[in-house]
Parts: sequence; C-alpha cells; structure tokens
Amino acid sequence: MGYSSADTLPEALQLLGEGNVRIVAGGTDFFPMLGDRQAPPKVLDVSFLAELRGIRQAESGPEAGWTIGATTTWTEIANADLPPAFDGLKGAARQVGSIQIQNAGTIAGNLCNASPAADGVAPLLTLGATVELRALGRVRHVALSDFITGVRRIDLRPDELVYAIHIPPLPASATGRFLKLGSRKYLVISIAMVSVLVSLDDAGRIEMARVAVGSCSGVATRLGALEGALIGLTAGDMAGQPDIWTRHLDPLSPIGDVRGSAEYRQEAAAELCKRAVLGVMEQTKEAKNG
Amino acid sequence: MDNAAAKGEIRFRLNRASVQVTPENGERLSETMRDRLGRRDVKIGCNAGDCGACTVLVDGAPVCACLTPTQQVRGKEVETLAGLVEYDPAAMALIDTFQDNGAAQCGICTPGMMVCATALLRANSAPGPQEVEDAIGGVLCRCTGYRKIIDAICQAGTAQPRSPAEGTGDVGTSIRKLDGYAKVVGTEVFGDDVAPDGTLTLRIIRSPFARAGFVLGDLDGYVRDNDAIVAVLSAADIPGKNCFGVIPDFADQPVFAESETRFRGEAVAAVVGTPEAMRRFDAGTFPVVWDERPSVQDMPGALAKGAPQLHDGRDGNVMCGGFVQCGDVAAALTRADVVVEGRFSTGFVEHGYIEPEAGYATYADGKVEIHACTQAPVMDQEAMAVILGVDRSKVRIIPTAVGGGFGSKLDISVQPFLALAAIKTGQAVRITYSRSETMQSTTKRHPSEITLKIGASRDGRISGFRFQGDFNTGAYASWGPTVANRVPVHASGPYNIADYRAETRAIHTHCPPSGAFRGFGVPQAAIAQEALFDELAQKLGIDALEFRILNALDNNQPTVCGQVFTQGVGIRPCLEALRPAWNEQRGAVAAFNASATATNSPLRRGVGIAAGWYGCGNTSLPNPSTILAGIRADGAIVLHQGAMDIGQGANTVISQIFAQALGVAVDRLELVGPDTDITPDAGKTSASRQTFVTGNAARLTGLALRQGILSMCNASQGAVLDIGAGVVVVRDGGQTHEINLSRLDGDGMGYVLRACETYDPPTKPLDKNGQGVPYAQFGYAVHICVLEVDTALGTIRPLGFTAAHDVGQAINPLLVEGQIQGGIAQGLGMALMEEYLPGRTENLHDYLIPTVGDMPPVETIIVEVADGHGPYGAKGLGEHVLIPTAPAILNAIHNACGVRLRRVPATPSRVRDALRGN
Repeated sequence: MGYSSADTLPEALQLLGEGNVRIVAGGTDFFPMLGDRQAPPKVLDVSFLAELRGIRQAESGPEAGWTIGATTTWTEIANADLPPAFDGLKGAARQVGSIQIQNAGTIAGNLCNASPAADGVAPLLTLGATVELRALGRVRHVALSDFITGVRRIDLRPDELVYAIHIPPLPASATGRFLKLGSRKYLVISIAMVSVLVSLDDAGRIEMARVAVGSCSGVATRLGALEGALIGLTAGDMAGQPDIWTRHLDPLSPIGDVRGSAEYRQEAAAELCKRAVLGVMEQTKEAKNG
Repeated sequence: MDNAAAKGEIRFRLNRASVQVTPENGERLSETMRDRLGRRDVKIGCNAGDCGACTVLVDGAPVCACLTPTQQVRGKEVETLAGLVEYDPAAMALIDTFQDNGAAQCGICTPGMMVCATALLRANSAPGPQEVEDAIGGVLCRCTGYRKIIDAICQAGTAQPRSPAEGTGDVGTSIRKLDGYAKVVGTEVFGDDVAPDGTLTLRIIRSPFARAGFVLGDLDGYVRDNDAIVAVLSAADIPGKNCFGVIPDFADQPVFAESETRFRGEAVAAVVGTPEAMRRFDAGTFPVVWDERPSVQDMPGALAKGAPQLHDGRDGNVMCGGFVQCGDVAAALTRADVVVEGRFSTGFVEHGYIEPEAGYATYADGKVEIHACTQAPVMDQEAMAVILGVDRSKVRIIPTAVGGGFGSKLDISVQPFLALAAIKTGQAVRITYSRSETMQSTTKRHPSEITLKIGASRDGRISGFRFQGDFNTGAYASWGPTVANRVPVHASGPYNIADYRAETRAIHTHCPPSGAFRGFGVPQAAIAQEALFDELAQKLGIDALEFRILNALDNNQPTVCGQVFTQGVGIRPCLEALRPAWNEQRGAVAAFNASATATNSPLRRGVGIAAGWYGCGNTSLPNPSTILAGIRADGAIVLHQGAMDIGQGANTVISQIFAQALGVAVDRLELVGPDTDITPDAGKTSASRQTFVTGNAARLTGLALRQGILSMCNASQGAVLDIGAGVVVVRDGGQTHEINLSRLDGDGMGYVLRACETYDPPTKPLDKNGQGVPYAQFGYAVHICVLEVDTALGTIRPLGFTAAHDVGQAINPLLVEGQIQGGIAQGLGMALMEEYLPGRTENLHDYLIPTVGDMPPVETIIVEVADGHGPYGAKGLGEHVLIPTAPAILNAIHNACGVRLRRVPATPSRVRDALRGN
C-alpha cells in the first residue's frame, strides 16, 4: 500500500486491518528512527483524521472529564484553555524538543514511542489518563500505566490505533506542575523529570498528591508511597522531615549513561519531587493570598 | 479518490504558488523541497529534528521539513525563506537587521532562524528577548553565539530598524558583511547546493567497528547485478598514493582502508548510483565481510604494554611530541613558597558545524573539478594531486560557501571520493555526508590528560611551571603534530615565566582522527593553567585578577620560547580593562550568595576569570598568502580573494584592508574566488591567520596598485584616487590627473593595471628546547564569567560574560564581536555539555551543543594594542576567543560553590559528584 493518508477513521481502520502497517502522525519520532533506511512498505498517515484532533470536556456520562484526541499537538495542548490540574501537562508540552517539534509532535505519538524520557507520560500518569484504542469493530480502554509496558513497548495490537486519551474528572483545586532536568535549555532529552498533581485543604495541608517520575526507570512511574506519605502535611511539616523525598524512591531504577549517573538521577528525582510539590503549595498559597 | 490522488500526487501551496508533486513513501518534505522543487534555501543539517536548519512554515507554524512526510502538506500552505523574503514584511525587515547585527556568519542556520523569527513576528510584532529565545530555541547555530540573532529579531520587531551601516568601509568601521545578503535571503550556495539535478550520487561504505579486518566481495558482480549502481570504488581505484595528511611528513591516512580499519566510520569502499537508487540504497547489501579485532580506544590502553600498534615506526603508539624549556624548573619549584598541582582531563569535542561535508565533482579533458566546502582549497588541491597521481594543474578546487568549519574542514573529506568517482564514471558525482557520517569520520578536538605543577613566591611571582600533556590523536596524524607543538609554546599562558618545562605527546588510538579545532590544543592547556593560577592566587591571598596582572607578560620580556617582543604585547591592558567589571561582579555575587544563604536557597553565584594568548599563523614555518588585484579598462577593480570565508568574515575584512590601502571605497570592489584556477594561494583559514597574513598581502597589493597609479602621473602619496568608468582621476593637492584606462594595454586577464603581493610572517625555527621565534604576533584575551550553580541539582546557568580582547586594530568591530560571542559559545559548550563518545553520541541529540537558551549576554571590550607586523596593526582573533572561556567558567564554579572541577564537561552529574566530595 505504500504511503496512505486516510481521510476517514473507517478507511484508516480498514487499512490497519491489512497488517504490518506503520502509523505516522507528527513524524517527529518516525523519521529519526528511520534514519537513512527505507520507509516500511506500509505507512498509514493519520494526520488528516479530524476526529482524532482536539480537546473536549464532558460534564457527565462515560466520557466525563477531558478527552484529548490522539493527534492533538503539543502546541495545541499548551495553548488550550484547561484547569490548573493540567499545568503539568502544559509545562511538558512547552518543553518537548522545540517549537518545531511541538507544532508537529502529537500526544499519542509520544506515548506510542514509549521512550523512558517521553515528556508526556509523567504528567498524564498524574492525571490518571486512560488510552482509548480503536480497531475495526472494537474499542478498548487501557490505563496509561498498563498501555506502556516497557522501554519502546506498548499494548497496541496490530490492527489498532490510539484514538484518544481520557482524563477523568479532577478536583477543581488540583494543580499540576512539571519539572524537566537536562544539560541544556532547548532540544534536550531529560536526565530526569517529575510531574505532580496536588490539592490542598483550607489549612494548607495536602489532601491529594500524585507524583510521577520520568527518565529514572524503563517507564515513567508514580511514587505511590511518597504520595501517601505526603497526605496531611503542610510545607512546614515537610521542612521538618527532609528525608521524606528520598525514602520513597523504590519504584525508580535509574541507569547511568552519557546524560548522568544512576546515583545522580536518583538524587535529582528526589530534589525535583520536592521542588514540584512545594512549588504547587507556594503557588496555591499565593493564589489564595492574592 | 480521484485519479491523481490514486497515483499519489498531491497539491499544496508553496510560497503562495500552487505546486503538485508525487512523493515516494517515506519522502521527507525537506527532500521534496530541495530535490523536486529546487527550494535549496531549505537546508538539511541533521535529518532528525535536532538542528532546525530545515525549518519551514506549514499553515504558518514552524516545523522541521526533515520530520514532515511530504504527503502531510496536501492542501496546505508551505513557506520557505526564499518565499518569505519576497512578500512578508517581517522577513523583509529581518533581511536588514540580520545584516546590520552580523546575525548571519556562515549562514547555514540562517534560513531556519529567519523562518522561525518571521513566524514569531507575525504573531508578536514587538517580541522581547525571552520570546525570541523560545521561538528560535529549536535552531542550532554554531558560529554566532546567538546574541546577535536575538538582537536582530528584536530590532526587526520595532518600528525603527537600525539604519544600514554606511560609509566607505574604512579600516575600523563596522560595515555589513559583503557576502551577507545571499545568506539572509537563502540564495547562498553551500556544499550540498551546487550539484545539478540528476547528478550521480555517492555513498560510502564505512567500518562499523573501531578496528576490523575486512574482505571485499565480488564488486564487479555487485555492479553487474544492480542496474542502478554505476560504479564501486575501493583502494584499487586509486591511481596515485592511497595516502593523505595535512602535514606531509606525517601523512598516514588512506582514502580507503586496504586491509584493516583503524576507527569506526573509516571508509573501505564507495558506491555510485543514480540519485533515485541511492536514496533507497541499503548499505547492508554491499559485499564486505568484517572481522572485528581488539582495539585501543583511550590513551592508557594505547600506551599499555602489548597494546595493538596502529602504525609502523610509531612505537608504543606515540606519534610525536613537543617540548619547550627555559630556566631551571626544578630549582624554581624547590624555591617556591607555594606550589599547586593538578591533573586535568578533557574529551573529544565535535566541531558541530550545521553543514555536513558536501560537494560534487566533474571530470573532463583530464582535469577534475571539485566543488565542495573547505577551509583550505590549495591544500585540497595538493592532496588530490598526490592521490590521483597527477600534476596540480589537473585539479581545480572551486570552494562552495562553507556552513561552518572551525578547523575540521581543513582536512580533506569528500574530495577524494568525488574525484575518484567522477574519473571512474566520467560523469558528475555528488555526495553529502549524513550527520552520523560527519560525526563518525571527520576530525575532533583532541582529548587531553594534563599534569601541571606551578610554584610561586610569597610576593606572588610564578616560580616554576612544569607541564605534561598527552593528547589522544586518534587513528591518523591529521593536525596532531601541530597540537603537540603548539601546546608547549602556549601552555604558560600570557605570563612572564622564567623557569618552564612543557612536554607533550600525541598518542594514537582506534578513535576518529583528532585534528584542528579552534585553538589546536591550547584551550585544553589553558583549562589546567588558569585553574591552577586561581589556586595559587587563593593560597597566596591575592585577588585572582591582580595575581594575573602581577605576572602578565610585558614588552621586552622573553616568552617561554625566549622570544622578546619590543611592542604589541597586550595582555596587561586586557586584564586592566576588566578591573571595573571584576570588582563589580565580585561584589554582586557576594551579595547574592549572602542572601541565598540566609534564605536556604540552593543557588549560588560565582565569578571567574581566565586569560589566554595565541600565536597567529603557522608555528615557525613559512606561511605565505598572496593576493592579486587588477583594474579593467572599464574601471572595475577586481580583488582575487583566495582566503576562505567560513563565516568569520574574511571576504569583508580582506576587502576593507585592500580598499583602505588602495584608497577607494570598499563597495567599489568586485570580488572573485576562491578558485584555485583564478585566485593565488592565500593559505588555509586556520591558525587565526587570515586577517593578519592575507590581510597584509591585501594591504601590500593595494599599496602596490596605488603606487602604480601614482607613478603614472607622478602624484604624491597623499593623492586621492577616483577610479570611475574607464578613467582614473588622481587629485593631488591642487592638481588633477586623468588616466584613460581604455588606452592602456590589458593583460591576459583583461587588467590594464594589476598588482600581486605576498606576505609571509617573519618567524624562526625552534631549537631542541623550543627556543626561537614561533610567531610574528600573538593576540591576547581575558574573559570574566558570572554564573549560577544550583547546588542541589548541579546545574550551571551562565549569566554573562565580559570579554576583553586585544585585536591590535579592529578592522571591522562588528565582526570582531561576532567572533568573540561565537567563540564563547563554543568554549561554554566544551566546559558544560560537549563530549563526543565514538559509537554513542553520533547525532545532535546525544551530542549537545549550546542552544540559544544556554548562551548569556556578552559584553565585549575591544582592546587595540597595535602590532607592528599586523595590517594597520591588526592581530588575529579566531581562536583566541574560546581559550579563556572554559577556565573562566570552571573558576566561576569554584567561586560559587567551592568545588574545583578538573574534568570537562562539567555536567550536572559531575558537578553534583564534586559537591558530594567524590
């Protein structure tokens, strides 16, 4: 079939059913992985499928929450009108590669590429995202944490494409934050990254905390024990137990490579967790006072 | 689907015109633009979205054309620089502001920069610096250091762009680059832009192993069985010597390895085919069998007993050494009140020009013509004559514009492959290296292991300096001997040191050849020397700047080579010029740190200083440049300018000097060349020599041409020339003479008046102790860096540089600033993020060079201590600019947080290690 640009979803799913089809959306991972080699014999371009693009919100029903179309670009996410819970995802969107990459790269492409350093995964984990997969006559919903199964491995069957990302309803007070650590400002693959989603009660105590770390394990991961330990704490409480940030890093298994040593990644992850959580708390306090 | 769509045809708008193409599966928009639609203003630097040179607008949004499937722009609006500058007011404003600010040096990144800037300005007519940085963060520039690009974009957004620089281009004035316009409108022609459509394409078969034996299979059969393959080349096709090297006595590199490869990426064969076939070429089908063998990839391994030997006659893998000694270093160190010592390491640094090596060659009537990017056309010609076994007259080198060089394009790369292929096929042949090919196979900065011990007396005078440096020269000699020789001459820094001993070795390993990279080993040595100077000052309780001033070299004091300059030594004025900034910044960082400590912030600021010097031209070797100029009967003044402009501005500076000497405005000149058939040898663009050496040749040529005119009418030296259409008017006091050019006899080139002069800097050989006259002049530099360390994360954020450079006489101050800012960006990269690891960082996302967001503002202080040998007093500058940068950064890190890093790059991981005390 060579290169096909599907104009409708059924057409796309029909083509996918032929098997051995490589999907291309923004192209920002497709071409770098291709390098100088020939393109695979069957390539399906999903960028013309209008229904795969854009962000919508539903107040109730099975799609309650937000739906982000698979080929929504990082620029579209960064510019979207979304509540503070999405600040982490927006922060990641603004730090993916460069403006050129943000204009072309898509959210589903980032998930399907399944790099340990994928910028979108950590914030989407904090948002409790699920991935909607479509095949001809079949729809599957998979939790993001189950969708990415390992380094460059995903739970996507040959006849499926990612249709959308769903985010369930979130507390209005929840605020997100994303911190990316790299050796330069732009166009950088992170050494470590952290995304958090935090909400506070009226006394400034944490009532909900979700913390996800990327680039420090094969797949970005939530730090459940840390999230639990943070519940009920104020910023002052945290200052009193500085080891809270380093005690709950068991899910991480950082490697040492050209970007940094394993020891450094672990240490940096803890520091980024602290800064992200305290940053949200500071921001919330200022918002209240302001 | 209609019929056309079924065949894969798509339509879209390109620069406001409708176009239709039928792209292949997997075709990138960048390829479509360049190969199908002739839009060669879209540049390809990496093919991976890492450099942004290919940026185009799709429906107004910047994207990398190399990451865009062509089919995706169906029905959309695509805009490239060449279109934007025709109709978009923002792009038109950028044409002026880019030139006025010197925002385009080599020009290869300029299309990407300007396209991004245009998109920004459409949305925001008055952007601030931060908005500009976000907009161009995805475009890498290796020349400018970005700051002038930021300025240009901000100015384009304001209603009043700076008025274009006017004037006659007198020495000392900042005129626009004479070759700048083509760079900002996308018409500049680089190595990949010259081949006609349909030219045969060449691909090289390279070793996947650092060391491997190999056997080529049935090559004739391979060609026979593949219709689209026209020829295969291997060592057997070389009519002359399968050997090249920039230093004849050390020439050791084969064009094609013959039985064993010595580094990953070394060529063993090449395949020539139609462009269509080579686009789909799978190197895996080529008949070669590899036999990986044990290799040595670092210096300890290469020096170990029983290590594999890379070259006969270079026992122990030691290629050569360098040595300079004066006084009695042992006694001086014994006598010293304070002694410091340290061991310092640096890694491979990749030049990182955005233009990969590229070009094409033709062969006709027994003569081969090579159009390619290069820093050294005549050296290319000489090397090719040896490889082809022909006289030099049978090789013509016509350089293209060069998209960055920094030393690596001094060595031949694509040239022999192209020439051999053109000869074998009888057709034109082209090649462009992929990003990984250029990174694997071309030269790098030498990794170094340096041990240094320095003593000082209690009153702060240096007392003994002992330096030992090993330099990893990789598989082949390249410029390794130059590094080994230059470092001992320069390792003292610009200081008065009576008791000195410096020795170096260049060590072979199975790594890419290390060669020339801005500074020839001196930046590595300066890291050690300037770091230990800081330690000495600290131990002695003397201010770091005052310690340097105390030991600064002066006129009439011998250098460590025993050379005594009676004039022109400019280090002290540079250091003194920085006193106000130094004192101010010391106070500012102390105040910041006091406040940070009080608030428990992990941030600490530091200020660091470092100095450097650099000898301009070849070390104790002949080094001539020749310039030819003529006046035609129609009054045209033609300057044969053979000095390669690789973005630094030689075309402009050499012209300014020549015009000044002749006594005309620079815009009266018509430039030709470089071209080995029509421009005399102006030497290589290397060793910071073009302004100094070729500049002198241009000055002498201008003076000779002027003298010829004055003599014709017996006019005095003060006469004013007016060279007009067919006539030269000479006004001398009250008298006016007219020379009717049409009445003069023209020579074979059509010149009725001509001059051709040569300049060779006066040097003398070094004796066995390195004593002599290595250079006719040195240039001097001092940098102050202010930075912020995040002590919890180990990240470093440079906040600003103040740079004082003694350039003797700034021929064009704008270009001087451009060199300084660009050099600082490279020094910053070396200090903080750059380390090339063969096999691991062969692309521009694993190998990081600074982006616009990493480069802080630079305040430039131009110091002019005129040099008696320089044209109008000018000194070289190109390499000086990064020598002090890395040590200034390392010294600032120490000032900020108390750790002394002795290995670069100072990555966050390593900074944290140091802070933890590891």
